Order: sequence, then structure tokens, then C-alpha cells
Amino acid sequence: MSAATLDDTTVPKGQTPRKGHGRIRSRWAPYVTVLKYALLLFFLVFFLMPVYALVVTSLKDPAEVGVDTVWNLPSTLSFDSFATVWPKLQDGLVNSLMLAIPASLISSLLGAANGFVLSKWRFPGADFVFPLILFGMFIPYQSVLIPMTETMSFLGLKGGLDGLILVHIIYGLPLTTLIFRSYFAGISDEIVEAAEVDGAGMLRTFFHVALPVAPPAFAVAIIWQFTSAWNDFLFGAVLTTNRAYWPVTIALNNIAGGQAVPFNEAMASALIACLPTLLVYILLGRFFMRGLMAGALKG
Amino acid sequence: MNVDITNAEAAGITLDGVDKVYRGGVKAVSGVDLTIDPGEFMVLVGPSGCGKSTLLRMIAGLEEVTAGRVHIGDTDVTNKLPQQRDVAMVFQSYALYPRMSVRRNMEFGLRMRGTKAAERKARAAEVAETLGLAHLLERRPAALSGGQRQRVAMGRAIVRRPKVFLMDEPLSNLDAKLRVSMRAELSRLHQRLGVTTVYVTHDQIEAMTLGQRVAVLRDGVLQQCDTPANLFHKPVNLFVAAFIGSPGMNFVSARVEGGRVGFGGLSIPVPEGRTLADGEVILGVRPTGITLPGEGRPALTAVPEVIEDLGDERHVVFPVAAPRVDTDATRAAVDAESADDVLLPDDHARFTVKLPIDVPVTLGEPLELAINPARLHFFDPATGAAL
Ligand SMILES: Nc1ncnc2c1ncn2[C@@H]1O[C@H](COP(=O)(O)OP(=O)(O)OP(=O)(O)O)[C@@H](O)[C@H]1O
Ligand SMILES: [Mg+2]
Repeated sequence: MSAATLDDTTVPKGQTPRKGHGRIRSRWAPYVTVLKYALLLFFLVFFLMPVYALVVTSLKDPAEVGVDTVWNLPSTLSFDSFATVWPKLQDGLVNSLMLAIPASLISSLLGAANGFVLSKWRFPGADFVFPLILFGMFIPYQSVLIPMTETMSFLGLKGGLDGLILVHIIYGLPLTTLIFRSYFAGISDEIVEAAEVDGAGMLRTFFHVALPVAPPAFAVAIIWQFTSAWNDFLFGAVLTTNRAYWPVTIALNNIAGGQAVPFNEAMASALIACLPTLLVYILLGRFFMRGLMAGALKG
Repeated sequence: MNVDITNAEAAGITLDGVDKVYRGGVKAVSGVDLTIDPGEFMVLVGPSGCGKSTLLRMIAGLEEVTAGRVHIGDTDVTNKLPQQRDVAMVFQSYALYPRMSVRRNMEFGLRMRGTKAAERKARAAEVAETLGLAHLLERRPAALSGGQRQRVAMGRAIVRRPKVFLMDEPLSNLDAKLRVSMRAELSRLHQRLGVTTVYVTHDQIEAMTLGQRVAVLRDGVLQQCDTPANLFHKPVNLFVAAFIGSPGMNFVSARVEGGRVGFGGLSIPVPEGRTLADGEVILGVRPTGITLPGEGRPALTAVPEVIEDLGDERHVVFPVAAPRVDTDATRAAVDAESADDVLLPDDHARFTVKLPIDVPVTLGEPLELAINPARLHFFDPATGAAL
């Protein structure tokens, strides 16, 4: 073990050498490593158990489903459960897409505009406005429920999807503003100033210079907004009075919430309902991981 | 299409009692009056934090003036936005637009001003040709070297044919060799384009080699604005004298009495044509003002303490038996180097002299030198003003 031969003099400057570090490590290191991995494996299995049950049950033949066979693998693969629930979920899925796509796109775009102005095109009072916007993040949904429905009724937006979209856009703004403000703060001021000197005003600087460098921030904002709009139940339940506008979460609740619903159908619906958010993450996650900005901004 | 990248009308710049107080009360620039002629290459120089960038940014319109007026040509631009001033700026970080190709970077300013695509393309191509960027036009800034980015930043300014170029330490991110060659290229470009240029640097050598005139700033106050030769030979005060020149001017406390200046056992007649009242003065002499012994020059015996060989010349440092000059002005002028003094064992002045390489010099061996009286400078110890 090379670690055992290390003595204190090899510890880099500025770091306090840990007494006896090398020796202790040499003796126990293998056991500690094994223990560490065993623990990690345990938690992995523990957290994946529900997912396993979900996937396995939804793929079983309806006849095979039962409480005592929850952990068994399906003897034959069957997509019957999916076929059964699909008609009941179809409208909800479409509604949710019609809701989550515009809501996440628009609130990201508005958040980008906010973030840009708050970090790069400062106006007097910006330091006052930003905390005010942020404050919106800390208002619990329940507390605005009644005034919100009142306002929506007043505006004639209650009942349909457009009102729900508007609510999600507005509720998303504090977070998207925060994401973009932090992101744009990392861009050098000189780039914005160069655009200014080059003859671009605020809007053109935003569209031509700021937006093109923002895809990673968009990925983060859209993933977040899409997921939260998709998963929302409360606002959907309150604002959509007509079942034709129900988002998938409510449809899902009606399938899974009933007493007599077979496990396999509940599981299959849940799986279908969570696929789009997974898909968004898989598609966009790559985008922001790639670090589009690397090396492009500095010097 | 034949395009002409030279600018038809160069405009002068006038600063009229310009002040800048930042929020929080930092007074970055105070009462600067400066007239820059059309087509002139003006350099703003001074130690870090003296307000050079602030002054430049006020000309660009990126910073509001607290008081005073700014004119570009005949137009009062004091309250105009940067977009309305027709200036182009080269930033220290180059500030290229990261998601645009070199071509689109260069065309951006033209696009924002509504120039037709065909003309934009022709102009960008022409400038790219001039700057040796033609083969890089489709690349993104991230795929360029530092020197190439610097050229693109320059090209982006030139393409626009602005009334004025503003440059804030554009060469400071380049390595020493490249900096020297870009410096020469900048001079050539300026001669060719004839655009009024304001150039900020803290490097006095860059200032002296580039500037037709150089404005020296200290703590936001304009000290002297003159040709490099005049700054070197006729500094108006101790600060300018200490700031300009490398190695810096040698200073020593001296006494004037009856037409002679005395310091460290030496007594030199006050140079012809100068009248100095009796009393304390600060005497300054450039490293080139001390020479090998010559006709009628007051002799000086030096015991070398440090010898620096530069290949074709030699810098020799020796102590002088008279008090060192240590005023705010000299300290501000040399800021970084002043730490050396701390190591000196006594409070005697140290002189540096530039000698030809073929003169034999040995550490600790006395060496006969002479002072050129015509090259002496005198400053008032109280105010620092040249006498
Ligand atoms: N935005 C700002 N807010 C407050 N003070 C500022 C601001 N920008 C600059 N200053 C202060 O104004 C003074 C002049 O700054 P400036 O950037 O003009 O100096 P400089 O001569 O360009 O220095 P350097 O050579 O280091 O770039 C400094 O004291 C600086 O701290
Ligand atoms: Mg500066």
C-alpha cells in the first residue's frame, strides 16, 4: 500500500497533516470500502423498490397480479394493462401537454427577460424588485387558492386550460427569474457593453447576444417548469371545472384513487403519466450537462 | 465590390471639466479638461485605479458623467447613449459574442445600424483580409487563440468605420512578444485609417511608443498631456517624472545655495538658463543623464551595488550619500516596485545608470561617472511641481 508509506512531510503546504492518517487507512481501507459500497447498494435497492414494483406490475398479465406476487417477475410480458388505461388517460395526456409545454416555454422566456434586465440592464430599483419577485417562491399554493380562483373567474379564465397555463406561468416566474439572473450574472458585462456600443438597444442585446448563450439556463428552467406544471394537481383540480380540460394528474387520480381499480392498471397509468417528464429530462438534461459555454466567454 | 475601410471624417473629442463620482462616493475622475484632435492617437496612462477606464467609458457613454461635458466632433454627446455616439470600443477581455462566428461578430455593429447584407459581407471580408483573419471567418471565438481574438475585436471596431476608436488595455492579455508586434501593427493601422483613437494603458512604454500625445492621470486628475518627448524631458511634476521612463528617474534631496546644487558631497553649478531660489529641492536625473566622465561634467564616484546585464546595455545601481526621496508622488508612480525600498539597509538614495555593455563594471569597485547638467530636473519638495 503506497498510502502507508506516506509520511507527514508529503502533505501539501497549507493543509494540516492528519495524524496517523496513512497508517490507519492502510489497515482498514478495504473493509471501509466494502462497507461503503454495501451501504450504497442497500439504499439503491431500497429506493428502487417502488420503481421495480411499478414496472413489473404494469407489465404483468392482469390475472397474475396480486398482493402476494408483487415482487415476482412477470411470467409473460403483457401490455394489456396499458391498452386498458390508455383510453382513459389519452385526453388528460393531451391536456397536460397543451398545458405544460406553453407554460414552461413562456415562463422560461419571461424569466430570461427578467433575469437579463435584473443582472445586465440594471435600472434604478432593480435591487428592490428582485427580492419582491423572489418572494413569490415562498407563497404556499393553498394560501392563494381563493383569491386566485376569484381573479380567474373575474377574468373569465376559470374552467379552461388557458387560465391554468397563466397560473403556471406566473407561479414559475420567481424561479425562472432566479435561474436566469444567476446565469446572466456569469456573463461578462463587457459583452453587453460591446453590443451597446455596437448599436444594439436593450431588446436587441437580449435577443442577439443574451439569448444565444442561454440554452443551458433554458434547459434547467424548462425541465423544472415542465415537471412542476405536469405534476400539479391542486391548481388543475381547482381551475378546470370541465372534465374535458382535466390534466393527466386528475385523470390518474380518478383511475388510481378508486377502490376497485386493479393494481396493474394503476401502475400502468402512473408509468404513462410520468414518461413525458422523464423524456424532457433525458432530452434536455444532456443539453445543460454539455456545458455549452465552456471556454466561449472568457478572454 | 471595392470597399474602402479608411474613414472619411475623423472627429475630435473635447472633455470639459469632466467629473465622475461613483455611487458610494468614490471620486474616480475630477475636473478633466482634454482636447483630442481629429485623427490623433491619444493615450491615457497612469497607475492602477487612477480613473483611465472610467474616463474612457465616459467618452463611450457607458458611464454617465457626474459633471462636465463631452463633445465628439461638434456634437455634445454628454447625455447620449453609446449607440448614438458612433464610437467603437475594444475591450480588455475582447468581449466577443460567444455564439457568433468571427464574421457575424464583425458584422454585428453594421447589422444593428441597418447596413445591407452585401455591403456588410464585403466590408467584413476586406477588414478580415487586412488583419489576416480571412481564413477564420467561420470560426467561433472559443476556437481562436488569444492573439486571434484580439484581432477579431479590433476588426469588429474597424469594420464599423466609427468616428472614434476607444481601446481599454487591448493588449494586456497577450504575451510579451505578441504585445510588441501588435503594438507596431496598431500604429500602422492608425496611420492608415486615420481614426481618432483613445487608448488606455497602465504600461508607460506602450503609452510612449503608441501615443502621439499621452495624458498622464493620477487619482482621477489629469497631470500632464503632451508628446512622449516632452513628458520625458519636461515633466511638469514629480509624479509624471517618476512615472515616465524605465528605469525610472533618479531622485535625491538636494540643497540650492548661491547658484550651486549640493547633495552627497557633490556640488554642481545650477545649469545655465535656470534660476533656482536657495533652499531644499528634489533633484531628478534620468539614468541616461549620468554618463561616463566627459568634458566639463561634474564627476561622480559610484560604487556599484547591483549590476543588471540586458545584453546590449547595462543597468548599474549605486548608493548616493544623500537622503532618499520618498513622497506620495514617487510612491504612487512606482507602486509595485516601491516594495524594494523596504529592503534597503539605509535611507540613502539609490541611482540607476544605463551604461554601454563594453564599459567594465565590477560590484563594489568604484567607478568614475559624470552628471550631465543639462539633464537635471528640479522639483519643489512641498508641491512636487517642476521648478
Ligand atoms: N462601478 C464602480 N463603482 C464604484 N467605484 C468604481 C467603479 N468602477 C471603478 N471604481 C473606482 O474608480 C476608480 C477608478 O477606476 P478605473 O477602473 O477607472 O481605474 P483604472 O485607471 O482603469 O485602473 P486599472 O489600470 O486598474 O484598470 C478606482 O478607485 C475604482 O475603485
Ligand atoms: Mg482599467
